[in-house]
Amino acid sequence: SLPRLLIVYPWTQRFFSNFGNLSSPTAILGNPMIRAHGKKVLTSFGEAVKNLDDIKGTFSKLSELHCEKLHVDPENFRLLGDILVIVLASHFGKDFTPACQFAWQKLVGVVAHALARKYH
Amino acid sequence: MLTAEDKKLIQQVWGKLGGAEEEVGAEALWRMFCSYPPTKTYFPHFDLSQGSDQIRGHGKKVACALGNAIKNLDNLSQALSELSNLHAYNLRWGRGGCSGGANPRFALQFLAQCLQVVLATRLGKDYTPEVHSAVDKFMSAVASVLAEKYR
Repeated sequence: SLPRLLIVYPWTQRFFSNFGNLSSPTAILGNPMIRAHGKKVLTSFGEAVKNLDDIKGTFSKLSELHCEKLHVDPENFRLLGDILVIVLASHFGKDFTPACQFAWQKLVGVVAHALARKYH
Repeated sequence: MLTAEDKKLIQQVWGKLGGAEEEVGAEALWRMFCSYPPTKTYFPHFDLSQGSDQIRGHGKKVACALGNAIKNLDNLSQALSELSNLHAYNLRWGRGGCSGGANPRFALQFLAQCLQVVLATRLGKDYTPEVHSAVDKFMSAVASVLAEKYR
């Protein structure tokens, strides 16, 4: 999902300027730092899935980080969420039913909201 | 702006649907109604149950319009001009006395997301980041053209 974000919405590359070669989709997809970071992001999502009753708490520190240190516009969280849904769809095919999509669209929305919560 | 490569990828993707375009249109609409319930407010005059004739009929219209747009990627504004007027009128004033209100651009964005999900479920790994990017840009362009006449 993370490489896709950088490819589909190229302005997001500005947050990864010290991650090495981002010059083309092939470079981005092959970039080990991007892959490692993608794994971090998805692991965080995994935490959300394990803590569905306290997503705000789960992302509290990350929210502060993304605001205070990383200066990421929260709109980008929404974009990443939508991309994640599409990646899941391509992975699961017709098993990614409309009901499944609905649940995941809600989850990515809640996560994006939780990440934006500590912004000031 | 759609590059030549984007246009090629979009046409290829649509070509891969092998006649299932109408199903894709209907499924995208259905998913939009499921995932974004407020979009149903734009269709108060429809039977919105799963598989309804009206969803299938409208899905077919959407698919045809997109298919036509894809054949005219060099002049989207013209290809979608009539639809732009139609959507502007219907979405602004509503039909049957009932309007969805709010900004219709969001509805189109949700439809775009759901169309991408449908394409991704059917194409699997063939829905590469490059294809995803091209389709995303295309749907943005379609939404822009359709929204041109809202005000």
